[in-house]
Amino acid sequence: MPENTINLKIFRFDPENAGLDTHYQTYTVKTEPGMTVLEALFDILDNQDGTLAFRYSCRWGICGSCAVSLNGKCRLACNTQVSDYSDTLTIEPLPGLDIIKDIVVDLEPFFENYRKIKPYLVPKGTPDKENIQMQEDVNLIEPHVKCILCAICEASCPVSWTSREKYIGPMALTKVYRFNRDTRDSGGKERLEIVGDETGVWRCRTIFRCTEYCPKKIPITEAIQFLKRRYFTD
Amino acid sequence: MMQPIFHPVLVIGGGLAGLRAAIEAKKYCDAAVLSMVYPVRSHSCAAQGGINAPLGNAPEGIDDSWEKHAYDTVKGSDFLADQDAVEILTKEAAERVYEMEHWGTPFSRTPEGRIAQRPFGGAGFPRTCYAEDTTGHALLHTINEQAIKNNIKVYSERFVLSLVVRDKKIIGVIALNRLTGKLEAYAAHSVVLATGGAGRIYAETTNSLIMSGYGISLAFRAGVALKDMEFMQFHPTSLYRTNILLTEGSRGEGAYLLNSKGERFMQRYAPVAMELAPRDIVARAIATEILEGRGVNNAYVHLDLRHLGEKKINERLPGVRELCLSFIGLDPVKELIPVQPAQHYTMGGIDCNINGETEITGLYAVGECACVSVHGANRLGGNSLLETLVFGKRVGEFAAAFALQESKKSAMDEGILDLIEQEYKKVNEKIKGKEGKEKIASIRSDLGKLMVKKVGIFRQEDQLREALDEISALSEMFEHVYVSRGTIYNLELLHAFDLEAMLALAEVIAKGALFRKESRGSHYRTDYPERDDEHFLKHTIARCTPDGVKIEYRDVVMTKFKPEKRVY
Repeated sequence: MPENTINLKIFRFDPENAGLDTHYQTYTVKTEPGMTVLEALFDILDNQDGTLAFRYSCRWGICGSCAVSLNGKCRLACNTQVSDYSDTLTIEPLPGLDIIKDIVVDLEPFFENYRKIKPYLVPKGTPDKENIQMQEDVNLIEPHVKCILCAICEASCPVSWTSREKYIGPMALTKVYRFNRDTRDSGGKERLEIVGDETGVWRCRTIFRCTEYCPKKIPITEAIQFLKRRYFTD
Repeated sequence: MMQPIFHPVLVIGGGLAGLRAAIEAKKYCDAAVLSMVYPVRSHSCAAQGGINAPLGNAPEGIDDSWEKHAYDTVKGSDFLADQDAVEILTKEAAERVYEMEHWGTPFSRTPEGRIAQRPFGGAGFPRTCYAEDTTGHALLHTINEQAIKNNIKVYSERFVLSLVVRDKKIIGVIALNRLTGKLEAYAAHSVVLATGGAGRIYAETTNSLIMSGYGISLAFRAGVALKDMEFMQFHPTSLYRTNILLTEGSRGEGAYLLNSKGERFMQRYAPVAMELAPRDIVARAIATEILEGRGVNNAYVHLDLRHLGEKKINERLPGVRELCLSFIGLDPVKELIPVQPAQHYTMGGIDCNINGETEITGLYAVGECACVSVHGANRLGGNSLLETLVFGKRVGEFAAAFALQESKKSAMDEGILDLIEQEYKKVNEKIKGKEGKEKIASIRSDLGKLMVKKVGIFRQEDQLREALDEISALSEMFEHVYVSRGTIYNLELLHAFDLEAMLALAEVIAKGALFRKESRGSHYRTDYPERDDEHFLKHTIARCTPDGVKIEYRDVVMTKFKPEKRVY
């Protein structure tokens, strides 16, 4: 095939017109230097097939919308270069989640996990001005505060795939870490209670795929291990 | 008969302004949010550099005050901002920033452990509070956490297609549930529009792909006037080609702008403020350098971070480094960054007063979709995040107060239900796809390019007239557009609605620009290069009439500061 093109083999599912039929459809896209996978998807939508569905918003890796599976690995379409692939790139929905249309999945269970862990600061008090917090203290929760809720950690975790209803998942546990280590927070004990059983930290099998694929490079597995230790020491 | 979903206060838009409004309203009554994306996907998360407040945490800004902040804002606005609104913005700034800190925003810190502040354009000393260079993300996630804490019902991935109005009073909205493909009817006493800006009308914009200005056009179609739409902010430093934003914070931290000869050309345009002059001035300077042949490859200039050193870049601007590495494969520690100006912010918007109230009773507007106006002809960096929080809270309060007052009256009457049902049926006809030969993407692309070229940084009469003709031709083409059938996550259908809005707003922008025969802030007319306070120290008020867009003017509210020459 010509050097400046790529084949995108995309998972298709249209609940309105095709019942439960699913299939792959391959599109050839002319590539340009710097082209991202998201730009390639738009190229198809705008010029070849207006029925293609995918999520997007910011296009620079800060909003968390466009997580998909690229050749079996979960990534953000917007900050992945097409030039990372040659010949054919297979694009599929995030695994382990129900499919709404094409590569758009139902993220409600993911956000439900988020809501379970009291994902907000439980303040120690309300000072007149700001809380005094040293930069070293902020650094404790850096880069955990950079989480964009893209669901790549959960969609990359084999435990989440196989026992979704039994595991709160790596994102929610990272969030527990983020709040529990915030020097301004006093809700740590309660959150540890919520994730202290076999549906929480103890279901993590330290497979490290969450850490490997997190687009924000958050050391997720390490955070979960930290919570496991805290469960006994707090 | 169908039963609409009722909430006393219904907020359209799940960004900072919308969520802040909902949180405030929920203190008084039930409030829910309709958002076209999950709230954390909103464009607020794309804000990078920071949020202004006169905290006085940096040694150089120790005697900062709301008055100084107000003056800088008004001067930055080229005296078009309403000064009563600016007063509210700046007086409340510190309180709102402290509130976000109390709610958990991970602000960067001073050596004393206070919220760190950096210099931004138009201030001259550090007033901009920040969380590294992803402040919007930090704030949006914090506010989303508070929305969860306060049990605010969020209907995500709902696209509002119509406002239902009776006798100049809002009664509900019709929205498409993108996930089920079904239309949903909502009834409310108060509806708050917090739908963001319209940057995607321009082919070169830093805005998220979802920012079509649809919410602004909803209000416009419903009969609300739009204010100052010709004032579009162009951010000086977007990444060449993709137009991804590179924060003003990089210049705040000391980055230089260099032309093809390696000169710090800002010397010629703003000898004192240099790279930290307000955005309109820096954007024009860059555009001028490129036009006069001193751009690199005739297309961009360079942003130079190299002298800041790796340590400072990693501590203060890690996001900028990451963006450069991921999107153009260069490392700003060692290399120059190619940057060009791009549309960045919609200063104008839905005409509303300082309480967010519009001409339609019960309909409010807040945030970028609204024009209060605190930004006037040019917004200062760091003031838009602030606006979302200060006015989000304020408008939430007013919307709730009105809803409470209404709920004391009789319950929903049959007439309301009938009207909502009628509108539902009408909208239902519009989502069935369209057989036509024109392509959405090509009309959108033509529109975007013509807006950059003819209604962009530099404007002049003949080009603006051409632009209006071309917009009208594109609108004609839009009548014959093809839209595929199906309503579940049908992007083409959504893009058709977006494009309809973009075409309508483009006309308002171009017409406002044509009629404003002066240069003020971001609006620069090469044929009228001076500011003309005698005729144009006025807001543009655009109205949708059966005979097209009608333009009127309204006086600016001035309290403390008299117009003066704007020198930096």
